[in-house]
Amino acid sequence: MLAYTMRRLLMLLPVLIGMTLITFSIVHLIPGNPAQVILGETASETAIKDLEESMGLNEPYVVQYGIYVSDLVQGDLGTSLKTKSPISKEIWPYIAATFELTLFAMLFAIIIGVNAGIISAWKQNSWFDFLAMLIALIGVSIPVFWLALMEQWIFAQELSWFPSSGRQDNRDPMEPITYFFVLDSIIQGDFSRTVQVLKHLVLPSIALGTIPMAIIARMTRSSMLEVMKSDYIRTVQAKGSGQLLIIYKHALKNALIPVLTVIGLQTGVLLGGAILTETIFSWPGIGRYIYEAITYRDYPVIQSGILVIAFLFVIINLIVDLLYKFIDPRINY
Amino acid sequence: MKLKYSLFITLMLAFLLFLAACSGDSETDGDPEEQADPGTSETEGEEDPETDEASGDQVLIFARGGDSESLDPGSTTDGESSRVTKQILEGLLEFDKESFEVTPGLAHDWDVSEDGLTYNFYLEEGVTFHDGTDFNAEAVKVNFERWADPSHEFAFADDGYVYSMYGTMFGGYKGDDGHVIKEINVVNDHEIQFVLNRPLGFFLQNLAMSYFGITSPAALAEYGATINENPVGTGPFKFVSWSKDDSIILEKFEDYRVEGLPKLDRVVFSVIPDNAARLIALKSGEIDIMDGLNPDDAVGVESDDNLILYERAENNFGYVGFNTQKEPFDNQTLRQAISYAIDRQSIADALYAGYAVAAKNPLPPSYMGYNDDVEPYAYDPEKAKELLAEAGYADGLEIELWTMPVARPYMPDPETVAVIVQSNLADIGITAEIVREEWAPYLEKTMNGEHQMYMLGWSGTNGDPDYFLSSLLHGSNIGTSNRSFYQNTEVDELLDAAKVAVDQEERASLYSDAQALISEDVPMVPLVHSRPVLATTSAVKNYVPHPSTSESLAEVELAN
Repeated sequence: MLAYTMRRLLMLLPVLIGMTLITFSIVHLIPGNPAQVILGETASETAIKDLEESMGLNEPYVVQYGIYVSDLVQGDLGTSLKTKSPISKEIWPYIAATFELTLFAMLFAIIIGVNAGIISAWKQNSWFDFLAMLIALIGVSIPVFWLALMEQWIFAQELSWFPSSGRQDNRDPMEPITYFFVLDSIIQGDFSRTVQVLKHLVLPSIALGTIPMAIIARMTRSSMLEVMKSDYIRTVQAKGSGQLLIIYKHALKNALIPVLTVIGLQTGVLLGGAILTETIFSWPGIGRYIYEAITYRDYPVIQSGILVIAFLFVIINLIVDLLYKFIDPRINY
Repeated sequence: MKLKYSLFITLMLAFLLFLAACSGDSETDGDPEEQADPGTSETEGEEDPETDEASGDQVLIFARGGDSESLDPGSTTDGESSRVTKQILEGLLEFDKESFEVTPGLAHDWDVSEDGLTYNFYLEEGVTFHDGTDFNAEAVKVNFERWADPSHEFAFADDGYVYSMYGTMFGGYKGDDGHVIKEINVVNDHEIQFVLNRPLGFFLQNLAMSYFGITSPAALAEYGATINENPVGTGPFKFVSWSKDDSIILEKFEDYRVEGLPKLDRVVFSVIPDNAARLIALKSGEIDIMDGLNPDDAVGVESDDNLILYERAENNFGYVGFNTQKEPFDNQTLRQAISYAIDRQSIADALYAGYAVAAKNPLPPSYMGYNDDVEPYAYDPEKAKELLAEAGYADGLEIELWTMPVARPYMPDPETVAVIVQSNLADIGITAEIVREEWAPYLEKTMNGEHQMYMLGWSGTNGDPDYFLSSLLHGSNIGTSNRSFYQNTEVDELLDAAKVAVDQEERASLYSDAQALISEDVPMVPLVHSRPVLATTSAVKNYVPHPSTSESLAEVELAN
C-alpha cells in the first residue's frame, strides 16, 4: 500500500512537468499580442511597447519557460498582470469558493444519485425506475445555464426562497478566515450566518450537481443490477437477511467501485469546469478567475490557474485510487 | 481493520494540516496589511455593536458585470475601476453631474494665463485624506509627478505600473517631446501652479477625469505597490475591503469636506457577470442598482413599478470605416455611394431597442463643437447606385468587410451589424465578404492597414472633441488609432489649431468646421451613438448616471 502510494506520487512528477509545458505553450498559441489586448482599441503605440517590455514578452520562449519553471519550484506562481499581486496569495479565496461549491454539489449529486440508482435497481422496471431514469436523462442533457436561470427565476425572483447570487449577503459580509464560508461562520459561532451562507449554496449546488447526479444515478443502477445477480447476494438472501441490509451493506460495497470512479472524475470536472455556474450565480471561484484572466490575457494567471486545477484533478484521482482499497479489500496493488 | 482506521486518521490529519497551513498562510498575508492600516481594523472592531442596531443603516449595492482591475485609477484605463475610485478619490476638478462640463473639485477656483500656458489652482482648505493626513498642494504635485516620471519613487514601474491614461491625455511622460506639463510649482499650501510647454485646449477637461484622482502621499509611502488594493483619498467614501471578483465595500467618510454628505453609510460594488442574473437579483431586491441592462429588457423594467430605468447620455460612436489609402476605397465617390447605401436607422432600431441614435458625425451630439448642420447621408439606395456608377463600378465590385469579434457598448452585436451592412451593400450590387479576426490581431492588422472596410468605434473619456476627432482622423495618428488612414491637411490644421486654442468657443467652431470637411470626405460611415441603459429599485433616490460611466454616489440615498 505504502509502496503503491509512493509510486503514485512519483508518477505525478512527469505529469506535472507535462502540464507546465502544455500550459506554457497553449497560452502562447492564442493569437494576438497580449499588450494590445490589455490596452484595447484606444491604446497608443508607445504604451503597447512599454507594456510588452514590462511583461517580459520580448524574451525568447525558452527563457520565458525557464523563468516560469524555476519560479514554480520556489512556490512562486507568478504575479498577476491585472492586479499586480502574487497569484499564490490571491488564488486561495477562489479555490476555497470552488471547493465549497463542488463539495455541496457532489453531496447533492451523490446522496440523490446513489439512492435513486439503488432504488431503481431494486425496483427495476417500476414506475419509480422509469421516472428516475427519465429525470436522469433530462439531467444529463439539460443546459446548465438554462437550469441556473430557471432556478433563479422561480426560487429567487418569484418565490424568494433562496438568494440568486453570491456567496453571502453583501449588505452584511463577514470577515473570512479560511474562505470556506460555512466553516468560517461556524468558527465564528454565528449560526444564523451559517444558515444564510447555506441558503446561498442551494441553487448553485443543484445547478452544478445535476449532471453528476444523473450520471451517478445511471451508473449506480447498472452496477447494482449486475451485483444483485451475483451468487453471494443469493447466498445472503438465502440466509434470510433483510432487503435493506442486503442492498446497503452487501451489494452497495461492490457496486460502488465503478461509481466511485465516476464520482472522482466528476469532482475533477466540477473543480475546473464550473465556469457557467460560477458566472450565472456570480460565484467567485477558480473557473471565473481563469476566465477573467483569459479575457484580459493575464498570462501568469492562466498558466497557474490551469496548473492548479490539473494538480487538483490528479490529486483527486490519487485519492480515488487509494479509496478503492478501503471499499473493496480484495483489491491488491 | 485497525490498519485501515489508522490510515484514515492519518489522512484526516494531513487534511487538517493542509487546512491549517492554508489559513496560516492567509493570516500572515493579512498581517502586514492590518498592521499597516490600524484604521481598518479599528473600524472593524467598532462594527459589531453597530451592526446590531444596523437596521437603519443605508447600505447600497451597486452590481456590475465585471470587477475592477485596480483601485489605483491612474494605472488603469478600466471604467470599472474608475467607477469605484470616483467614490474614494477626488480630482482637482470634477465633471458636472450629467455632462462633461468642468466644475470645481479639490480646487475651488482657478486662473488661466492669457497665453494658456500657466494655470493656477486654489485648493480647498481644511481637507483631510481618509488616513488623517492633510490634503495640500504638495500632495497634488506628488501625484502628478508619480504619473509623469517612471523613475519617481511612487511610480512603481518595476511592479508593472503604467500610467497610460496620463500618457495619452498629456502627450507622453516626463522627457518626451510631446509632454505637455513643463513644471508644477507649489505656490503655498493651498495654491498650485501648472506651467505647460504649449497650450492644451482640453487641459481642464483632463484634470476632471476620474483617472486623475489625488491619492494621499502618506498612503503611497505606506502601501507602496499595493496601493492598487488600498486606495486612500479625500472622497465621500473610504475603502474598507475588496474580495476579488465578488465585492468592494466602501464606508462613509465622516470628515468629508462637504457638510451632510455622503448620505449612504455603506456602498458595496458587487460583481454579477450575467446580465439576466443581475436583473433577477435586482427584481428580488438583493441589489439596488444594476449597470449593463440589456436594451431588450428595458421595456420590462419600465413597466415594473418597483424599478426605475435610467439612460446614460451617449458618449461613444460605432462606425464602418474605410482604408482610404488603399484600392478601392481611395475613391471618394465610392465611399459616398456606400454612405447612402447603409441604413443606419434600422441598425439603431434593430440592435439597440431604440436606445441609440443614428450618427452623422464622428462625435457624440452632446459634445462641444458638434456640427448639427452637417447633412447626413440619408438612406437612399437609388442615389447610392448612381454614385457607384459614377465611381466607375456600375457592374458592382467585391470587397472585404472586417468585423470585430467582441461586443462593445457602441457595438453590442458586431456580427449582426456586419450582416445588415452586407445585405445593404448587396442591394446596390456590392458583394461584401465578411472577414473575422481575433480581437488582438484585428486591432493590429487594422493598424497596419491590411483591411479594406472595417467596423470599430470609440468611447469618450474626458468629454473633449479632440479625443474623438484627433485620435480617429488626424493624419499623425495613421498607423495607430487612425485606422481609416485618413489624411486631409486642412482637417489636420483645424484640429491642431483647436488643440492649442484656449478659448472654448473658438475651439468649438474649429471642430465644427473639421466635421463638415470630414463628412464630405467620408473616411468612415458613422452608424450610431448608443445610450447604455441601467436600472435601480424605486427606493434609490438622487441617482444621476454620468456619460463617463463614473458617477459620484455621495448624494444618493435609499428611501424606506
